[in-house]
Amino acid sequence: MKHTLVALVEDKPGVLNRVASLFRRRSFNIESLTVGHTHEPNVSRMTIVVDTELTAPHLVEANLLKLVNVIDVHDVSNAPTVMRDLALIKVQADAGSRAEIAQLADIFRAKIVDVAPDSVMVEVTGDEDKIDGLVELLRPRGIIEMVRTGQVAMVRGAVSANGNGNGNGQ
Amino acid sequence: MAQLTGAQIIWESLVKEGVEVIFGYPGGAILPTYDAMLDYPIHHVLTRHEQGATHAADGYARASGKVGAVIVTSGPGATNTVTGLATAMLDSSPIVCITGQVGSSVLGSDAFQEVDVTGITLPITKHNYLVTRADDIARTIHEAFYIAKSGRPGPVLVDITKDAQNAKTEFVYPTQVEMHKRHEHLLSESQLKRAAEMIDQAERPVILAGHGVLISGAMRQLRDLAEKTQTPVALTLLGIGVFPREHPLCLGMMGMHGEAYANRAVQAADLVIGIGMRFDDRVTGNLKTYSPHSKKIHIEIDRSEIAKNVHVDLPLVGDAAGVMDQLIPLVSAQQRHNWIEQIDEWADDTRARDILKRDASGKLLPPHVIGDLWQATGGDAIVVSDVGQNQMWEAQYYRHSAPRSLITSGGLGTMGFALPAAMGVKFARPEAEVWVVAGDGGFQMTAAELQTIQQESLKINIAILNNGFLGMVRQWQEFFYQRRYAATPITSPDFVKLADAHGIAGIRVTKREDVIPAIQTARDHPGSMLIDFRVESEESVYPMVPAGADLHAMIRRPVEAS
Repeated sequence: MKHTLVALVEDKPGVLNRVASLFRRRSFNIESLTVGHTHEPNVSRMTIVVDTELTAPHLVEANLLKLVNVIDVHDVSNAPTVMRDLALIKVQADAGSRAEIAQLADIFRAKIVDVAPDSVMVEVTGDEDKIDGLVELLRPRGIIEMVRTGQVAMVRGAVSANGNGNGNGQ
Repeated sequence: MAQLTGAQIIWESLVKEGVEVIFGYPGGAILPTYDAMLDYPIHHVLTRHEQGATHAADGYARASGKVGAVIVTSGPGATNTVTGLATAMLDSSPIVCITGQVGSSVLGSDAFQEVDVTGITLPITKHNYLVTRADDIARTIHEAFYIAKSGRPGPVLVDITKDAQNAKTEFVYPTQVEMHKRHEHLLSESQLKRAAEMIDQAERPVILAGHGVLISGAMRQLRDLAEKTQTPVALTLLGIGVFPREHPLCLGMMGMHGEAYANRAVQAADLVIGIGMRFDDRVTGNLKTYSPHSKKIHIEIDRSEIAKNVHVDLPLVGDAAGVMDQLIPLVSAQQRHNWIEQIDEWADDTRARDILKRDASGKLLPPHVIGDLWQATGGDAIVVSDVGQNQMWEAQYYRHSAPRSLITSGGLGTMGFALPAAMGVKFARPEAEVWVVAGDGGFQMTAAELQTIQQESLKINIAILNNGFLGMVRQWQEFFYQRRYAATPITSPDFVKLADAHGIAGIRVTKREDVIPAIQTARDHPGSMLIDFRVESEESVYPMVPAGADLHAMIRRPVEAS
């Protein structure tokens, strides 16, 4: 089982280090961690996916809340949530196989974002399963390199992790 | 408005926070602040090592309930505070440690005496700061004190660059802390009702009371809850003093070297109520067999302690006093004759094995010294114990009745803590009779602080239980490593001469009958006094639950001859 936590943190030097250090020190097993800006200045947002077989999500949440620079934490696992991951996949492709890869990409609503004589780069966005599915189809053709952003999550509807939509993080 | 230097702002801020005494050691990167110190009404204590300064501030905090303050320089000055900060962190003790730092223009260049102290202390402080601008000093120190003492207390480090100390700016002290408010997790009526039902329905309940009761000031509530529901109270090491040892419902300390009957009660209980404690491994032993028949209620302010080690049936997250205030009216008054009689029976067995009740055939045993110290001081002293056998014997045989009367390093188990911590205790409670109880090993770790005691003209009595061994490790070697005494025999200087060299009186005791007279001599002596008790060398602490073993699998003192 996986749990997804959304943490709002102060956008200050060293905050990511504090969070990472906490996970290391407590031996928390983290599947993925992403961090980026929010619509508010000085507030960053982390999406943390926890493998619950190895780590109790309530302990991750409670320990995160003890960090002074953490503004709030929500476990969104049981809420209706949009989860997205973005991958760039560079695959071996010559003139003969390019069209077939383009077709596959089409089915996954992925895009070809670069073409070279011996390779193409595919950009795909979606939930984890969808990207895993495309990767498995491309793997036999020879993946040259791949990068994934890790998951970001947002709960559907008007609620906001930043507070009741007033966006002051309080 | 008048412009002040960052250095002056540091002292202005400390004065505003009510700091009267600060423990420290000067050096290059903190020199501007030391220069400004002379103009402020804060007494500075020059310890002989920065570790001593942190332990002294920690002792001050634990004895007073206020925040202890430390000031040291960068680099080695800062790294020497690490053990003291970790000690305070593990025991939730509020201290604020100010470290000087090299100028901000050379930060990160491996400048002379530069060390990344905020990086080093990140996991052993509740929070830390690097301040590079004089404008940020007042706000940061105010926040640091707030963080140190709020919620579950802990140490906070503020690293301030030399240029920030030198720069001038306006001094405006903040009146409030601008920090993110946490969602208050208010206790629901139904949770409290359910807790009350669980307590009412229990036949064999036990309360486990810890340091959180002391920090919360919940001693009265604990007593009310225990008496109304006739629930026996077992204590953690740091919980000693929150419930009077002589109270009929007090089971004394539990855990690895706890009272056997306290551990038996925990194992037989059908309800365990943990209050301000964290089910540490020294308390639980093997988690798989820990109190197997009981439901668990956990009253705790730190949510990350809930269900960390032990499954909890009902968590009540909050300040111990506040939670109990709400809970006490909901529980019914109870009589639990059967359960209390059962525990009394187990206690009789413990009493039968008590070393103090047996003929020791002329030997001077460590429990004698502690038992006599308790008698001679009327149980009214503040005892600052070190770590190891001396600490466990103190916890077992000094029957503490008052909160904050035992100061000791529990979670980190820091040898060398007692002597410097006692200095802080004496500053916090100048009228109190303060005793250090230490072993010959731990005492030698920080013995240089004898000179600090002398320079400050402090009256502290020191009892060294001198057995020529690192006793607790020797005991483990005896029990679990076939008496192979690797690196545990230890020699000592002549402690009486050592004390004398520091200008402190010292006496040596080798016989049981000389213990009480020596203690009286020390009490009557106007200055500090050290007593070198030459105790039996291979005495062990009983009972003992081997690390990781079942809590009921205790190694007991044999009933026959000692």
